[in-house]
Amino acid sequence: MADAGPSDPLLTVNGLSVALPPSGDRAEAVSTVSLEIGRSEVLCLVGESGSGKTVVGQTILGMLPRALTVTAGDVHFEGSRLPPQRDAAYRVLRSAKIATIFQDATASLDPVQRIGTQLDEILEVHGVARAERRARTLETLGSVALKDPERIYRAYPHQLSGGQAQRVVIAAALLLTPSVLIADEPTTALDVTTQAEILALIDRLRKERGLGVLFITHDFGVVADIADRVAVMKDGHVVEQGSAADVLNRPQDPYTQKLLAAAQPRMRHTGQAARDHLLEAEGVSLTYHVGGIFNRRDIRAVRDVSLSVAPGRTVAVVGESGSGKSSLARCLLRLEELDEGAIRFRGTDLTHAKGGALRSFRKAVQVVLQDPYAALNPRQTIRSAVAEGPIIHGIPRAEAYARAEELLVLTGLSVQAADRYPQEFSGGQRQRICIARALAMEPEILIADEAVSALDVSIQAQILDLFADMQRTFGFAMLFITHDLRVARAISDEILVMKAGQVVERGSAEQVLHAPSHAYTRALLQSAPGQGFFSEAGSAA
Amino acid sequence: MTGYILSRLIRAALTLLITVSLVFVFIRFSGDPAAALVPPDAPEEVIEQYRQAMGLDQPLWKQYSGYIGGILQGDFGYSVHTGRAVEDIFLERLPFTLRLGLSALTIALVFGIGLGVVAAIRRGTAIDRIVMGFSVFAFAMPNFLFGLVLILVGALVFQVFLGGADGWVLMPALTLGLAAMGSFARFARSSLLETINAPYVRAAEARGVPFRRRILRHAAPNAAIPLVTLIGLSLGSLIAGSVVTEQVFAWPGVGQLLVRSVATRDIATVQFLVLAVAATMVVANLVVDFLYLVIDPRIRAK
Repeated sequence: MADAGPSDPLLTVNGLSVALPPSGDRAEAVSTVSLEIGRSEVLCLVGESGSGKTVVGQTILGMLPRALTVTAGDVHFEGSRLPPQRDAAYRVLRSAKIATIFQDATASLDPVQRIGTQLDEILEVHGVARAERRARTLETLGSVALKDPERIYRAYPHQLSGGQAQRVVIAAALLLTPSVLIADEPTTALDVTTQAEILALIDRLRKERGLGVLFITHDFGVVADIADRVAVMKDGHVVEQGSAADVLNRPQDPYTQKLLAAAQPRMRHTGQAARDHLLEAEGVSLTYHVGGIFNRRDIRAVRDVSLSVAPGRTVAVVGESGSGKSSLARCLLRLEELDEGAIRFRGTDLTHAKGGALRSFRKAVQVVLQDPYAALNPRQTIRSAVAEGPIIHGIPRAEAYARAEELLVLTGLSVQAADRYPQEFSGGQRQRICIARALAMEPEILIADEAVSALDVSIQAQILDLFADMQRTFGFAMLFITHDLRVARAISDEILVMKAGQVVERGSAEQVLHAPSHAYTRALLQSAPGQGFFSEAGSAA
Repeated sequence: MTGYILSRLIRAALTLLITVSLVFVFIRFSGDPAAALVPPDAPEEVIEQYRQAMGLDQPLWKQYSGYIGGILQGDFGYSVHTGRAVEDIFLERLPFTLRLGLSALTIALVFGIGLGVVAAIRRGTAIDRIVMGFSVFAFAMPNFLFGLVLILVGALVFQVFLGGADGWVLMPALTLGLAAMGSFARFARSSLLETINAPYVRAAEARGVPFRRRILRHAAPNAAIPLVTLIGLSLGSLIAGSVVTEQVFAWPGVGQLLVRSVATRDIATVQFLVLAVAATMVVANLVVDFLYLVIDPRIRAK
């Protein structure tokens, strides 16, 4: 950062405005945005979805969709003005001078071509001689800390893990030694431990290669770890810009303050230990059988897991993708037949329950899922979606509808929402609808499977508050499944940490977060972005 | 991968066995073939003689095992009308049908996929709308009607007769391939539109890969995966369509033979032809399944 004087910036964005088509929800995607990136400098562009941060990245690459037009301002790179959008001249700039990496690394690799072929192509289209290409590709794969570059070279994208794919995509971006890297949410789809590795890699590469990085993210934890400077975007405007230290510690703009507050880890104040058992799992194991007759494989998703949720309490199950946490939820919902173990509800064994017993259990256990877009039928009004369950269980229609309206108001929506369709609502509002729908069944326990993971951080905080409020009002118990320790911390009394289908650690939230006993829990805690920043801020508060 | 191949082969064999059995059952339940061979006023003894000669007096299971056993030994039976081995009759007709079918498939593939690709690349333009309008027409047009129109136009305007064994293959092939061309065009377009906007094609653009190369190297191979399925399935409608088309153009192919054999209740011939059609379908789908292995590494991995 020291040598990144404002006198010789690599890339400058001057008063950039980009108009949205007339049908858009505002006139401009980006309004008079000015940014500067110097050599070896990481500028974090922070904002929630729809803030226009991705549009800025697309404009720099000359890849603005046709529906969007630059109405004012320009972009200068190494002192000269970049060509107009989608101009053929960009071909030699992209990758060679300005490279980019995307959020979903696996999706940005052609599924039917080997990694080697795809990387080779980049060198080929930029005129690198055939003789040089293979060696250079392998060397770059090695430089992003991929073990066994030869094997990666021959692999197809589906054979790579998420972290490996992101390294490959970073290697693809660095093959031609560009001077600017635009990274659009490159770690959002990754597990925390992998995220920490990728952040460290990007940090190392910018130091080694003097790379200027525009890092687009919504996560202040990531910002705290990697940014030299920060620009905060809201509705197309940069509302605050400055050094990372200034913006994080002395945010001036109310919106920045709000985002930071929402990102702050919070601790729920818990009561005494639970005595009763509402929902219990004992020694639950689940194996998935995949493949056909000849290539049958078994995946042991859940291995000997026991847990108990007491009335009115919240248990969080924390784990990375593939840890078996969602499979465990499916077991508890009796959506899977267990290999072994038992599920008990109010002391009654429901492991093999059928018919009426299962139906009344289903009524008492409700679920809220991760994707609020997929969880609502687009052709059903909100009223009908919320009232459907109670009506099926014999509540008179008029009564169920009245109750649905009440719940919509309770969950922070209006009565008018009842007549509308899901697509008229934002992600956060839809999640409120899903919660109202679950509550309409008057559940005794709510199972939330990554229920806030798809939401922006400020919305996430609101929905977590809503869960807590509703729990106080209705007194239901919760099982909260999440990959995010920050979320678990904010909502739970007890935490279970899962890895490879097994529970590796369990205890009160306090105990697990402050005195973790298992190495994996410690690794998870240490990998969470923004460690240093948030623990200081936490102790100062 | 071996498991994949093995399971596909077993599935194919089972499909054939089930088809053969169903044909056997249906023919025997759809009326007495012996009665159909003789004049309506023939005495009962004559019919009985025919039955014995054709083995229809035997118990069903015996007829069935004899039939299956024959197939396994390459004995498919003899036409009751000509007394010739049915496979010989079939082989005589096959070249005509192959010529017609392959010409139709080529027309459908080349023009269908070509038009679809053009429409996808020129999405939203007049070209796109014209191509899509045409492909709806092609798909919706009944082939007997289109065939008749072609014959009429050929005969009245150009003074040429387009049917018969010596006829030119283009007209019947166009008739037969038209519907498949329409559906290939529409499917190729939508499939390519999906992959043109796929993240890996955007990513290739961001890496400096030029437009033509993005289409040819990235969008097209991925779009071909679902298209291959459609092509395999549409072979069935090509075969069905050939029955009508051969009739309209007096084309001496297998389709015409099938119509004639059904009308005259020539059991052995019908059984053989249905078996041949089923085998063609099964083989086509096997080829599709194995093509997947070539074009999609994700299936190879399973």
